Amino acid sequence: MTASFRDMRIASAFCVALVSPDDFDGWRVNARRLLMADVPPDRVAWSEPGGAGGDLFAGSDKRLPSPPVDAEQPRVPRAFLQLAQSAILHRDAERLALLYRLLWRLQSKPGLMEDAADPDVRRIEELARTVRRDIHKMRAFVRFRVVDEADGGEHYVAWFEPEHHILRANAKFFVNRFTNMAWSILTPAGSLHWDGTSLTEGPPAQRGDAPAGDATEDLWRTYYASIFNPARLKVGAMLKEMPRKYWKNMPEAALIPQLVAGAQAREAAMVDAGSDLFAGEGRPTSLQAIGEEIQACRRCEIGCNGTNAVMGEGPSAALMIVGEQPGDVEEQQGRPFVGPAGRLLRAHLEDAGIDERAAYVTNAVKHFKFVQRGKRRLHQSPTAKEIDICRWWIEGERGIVKPQLVLALGASAARGMLGKTVSVQKERSRAHRLEDGTELWLTTHPSYLLRLQDDARAVEEKRFADDLRSVAGRLAELTA
Amino acid sequence: MSQTLLLERLGILADAAKYDASCASSGTAKRTSKGGKGIGSTEGMGICHAYAPDGRCISLLKILLTNHCIFDCHYCINRKSSNVRRARFTPQEVVDLTLSFYRRNYIEGLFLSSGIVKSSNHTMEQLVEVARILREEHDFRGYIHLKTIPEADPELLAQAGLYADRVSINVELPTDAGLTRLAPDKSARQIEGAMAGLKSEIVEAKDARKRFKSAPRFAPAGQSTQMIVGADAATDSDIVGKASTLYGRFGLRRVYYSAFSPIPDASAVLPLKRPPLIREHRLYQSDWLMRFYGYAPGEVQQAADADGMLPLDIDPKLAWALKFRERFPVDVNRAPREALLRVPGLGVRAVGAILASRRHRTLRLDDVARLTVSIAKLRPFLITADWRPISLTDRADLRTLVVPKRKEQLELFAA
Repeated sequence: MTASFRDMRIASAFCVALVSPDDFDGWRVNARRLLMADVPPDRVAWSEPGGAGGDLFAGSDKRLPSPPVDAEQPRVPRAFLQLAQSAILHRDAERLALLYRLLWRLQSKPGLMEDAADPDVRRIEELARTVRRDIHKMRAFVRFRVVDEADGGEHYVAWFEPEHHILRANAKFFVNRFTNMAWSILTPAGSLHWDGTSLTEGPPAQRGDAPAGDATEDLWRTYYASIFNPARLKVGAMLKEMPRKYWKNMPEAALIPQLVAGAQAREAAMVDAGSDLFAGEGRPTSLQAIGEEIQACRRCEIGCNGTNAVMGEGPSAALMIVGEQPGDVEEQQGRPFVGPAGRLLRAHLEDAGIDERAAYVTNAVKHFKFVQRGKRRLHQSPTAKEIDICRWWIEGERGIVKPQLVLALGASAARGMLGKTVSVQKERSRAHRLEDGTELWLTTHPSYLLRLQDDARAVEEKRFADDLRSVAGRLAELTA
Repeated sequence: MSQTLLLERLGILADAAKYDASCASSGTAKRTSKGGKGIGSTEGMGICHAYAPDGRCISLLKILLTNHCIFDCHYCINRKSSNVRRARFTPQEVVDLTLSFYRRNYIEGLFLSSGIVKSSNHTMEQLVEVARILREEHDFRGYIHLKTIPEADPELLAQAGLYADRVSINVELPTDAGLTRLAPDKSARQIEGAMAGLKSEIVEAKDARKRFKSAPRFAPAGQSTQMIVGADAATDSDIVGKASTLYGRFGLRRVYYSAFSPIPDASAVLPLKRPPLIREHRLYQSDWLMRFYGYAPGEVQQAADADGMLPLDIDPKLAWALKFRERFPVDVNRAPREALLRVPGLGVRAVGAILASRRHRTLRLDDVARLTVSIAKLRPFLITADWRPISLTDRADLRTLVVPKRKEQLELFAA
């Protein structure tokens, strides 16, 4: 199109300016008048406040023609009106011309709206659909935050960014729903305020005009995170209905990345935790068999770290002493309790009058869990799951050794014996019963004593010694 | 109770509720809060206020009143022998949560269910009490869905229907044998008896409202149910058969299918692995075929393979079309609605558009392409003014031509 031709077209066009982008009544009145005056679509230029067309047509102020008195009433099918009322709210500047073109074509082809394959009909339907979706998403994703008023009342304020000119069209929904509440919806294009009886419109607002938070959002986020089922991750389906553009104004959306990241891990853990890693295997029948099988056990991460498993040792005895796991020295020598903690334990056993050689000594976990720091291998505590997997072995040992009393040292050993986590400090110094009636005593692990200094160490060593003496006493009673 | 405690309990009781698939808030009577003293409105269409990363809609505050339970159903995370943390809400706490979420526009309403505590009647009374406080004391006009307990007094179920928009009882498993094995405390007869009772209340109330405007509404959004898929040996054919019986006998609005999903601390009776989620999707598609596309249950079952399972790689409509090729191709310019609805790839809306457009023009392939999502899938099954699939429909390898390359797992229908 050459410049001069365009200028000519503009000069001969009738310019219609709407009061606001969602001014459907204004559009309808003008369209009706143009139609009755027989003005074809290519001679009308529509403009709206804030629209790009405004300046272009500034030079053309041709007054709208008056329709002849005997002009025919235009035909407007209901299907068109319904679509047009939605479509006009679309932010596409071309929509106004499209609507008039359709209206114009409808006069000679009344059934046009049924022809869904017509490009104009398809376009208006598409516009209307997009607008309806935007309206629907606003109803869904507006989030109010409460502000306490000076008079003791509550005011609910939301910040929302609609894509199309839907704010006014959506007001009725919010009035009907929150009739007995005072609320405001602030948007970049204007705002709505409801005080319980009347609706007023306000100027465009900014995000900062709305409150930054609401205490109830913690509850809502908790709900959002908890109702999500990690076993059914479908991020695509979520994004389709809740695109990222809405996230910034939804308090729960901040959780999404971490929920997605954690989901696969959570499901795998559930399946793992439910599965029996020892399914189909018979109980080991000898300590020697256990000693061989644990070397090959790869049922948890520690088993796969390339270290040697350490088997318990000692005779079939009335006392079984259970530690946590082999340490650096134990792993190298392949024997339990030969490191510093073992030496401390032995000293205390002797003081308490317990013959260490007459006890069966073993660990709740068979492999050494550590992190490498330079040349040193630093001990790491096993997880509950790792301990639970190893219960198969410790229970196997107990079934063969058949002790009358088990002394568990530290929380890991306690879990290995009980299958649940207990507080050693609370449960120590008294007898517990295992399922088969065997007596269980809990106390701290000697390595804990090694980490303490001065007075604290003295206090804890005394308690440890007291526990061992009680055990010695019970042992004497049980074996008497 | 302090706020932190409330947070924790909300976490536990929402977590425990998430195995119920339904979160629908649609299909109830239209209400607004105008002229009342409270808040709340319902439209015909439900609103999903958020979507979780599992793709499911969050429309309602879906929680349990308590997850303590005297029943021991193997598939349920809340069964008596399960090791989960337990918690409970008072009815007033549920009311307060519902209202404070609703005021902030987080939800459409409440979906309340519960583990069975003390007795079925006691539990049902508590559920009804929550709905009563919301409706009577707060004039709440949002959506309420109450899970009803089949073992409770019919009178209590009747009260539930007066306050709730929707009531539901889960049939739980597609076969009676499955129910006996996995839910030893439940009885199929009792569940169906309660559903029949609700149906007659719903029908009576509808009838009464036709004659007296002031007659009370009873569960205007009807009743629904849920079946767990993949926890027992039932085939897709069994499930489709069961669903159609349920729709027919009890006038259900919806049957939900919930792929059994691994739960923490699972019972040893259960399979450990979940069935593929796509299986659940295929069941929803077959449900849709029965409800909106005019397929008889027997026809949907014909789409299944010899082992009674629907194919996972293609949808049941396409599977049916591939088995009954003599019904194709269909002429878009002449065929009746019923025949068009059978064309794989044509949805209800596209068929409507075709029927309307062809009054004005003779449809060509391009025209049809504008009315549908993808024409490629349709071509072997259609005749248009400028297209006729001469040999395509008879080709032995047609299946490989139309099977989608990438498996989609969109959950279009479960909302």
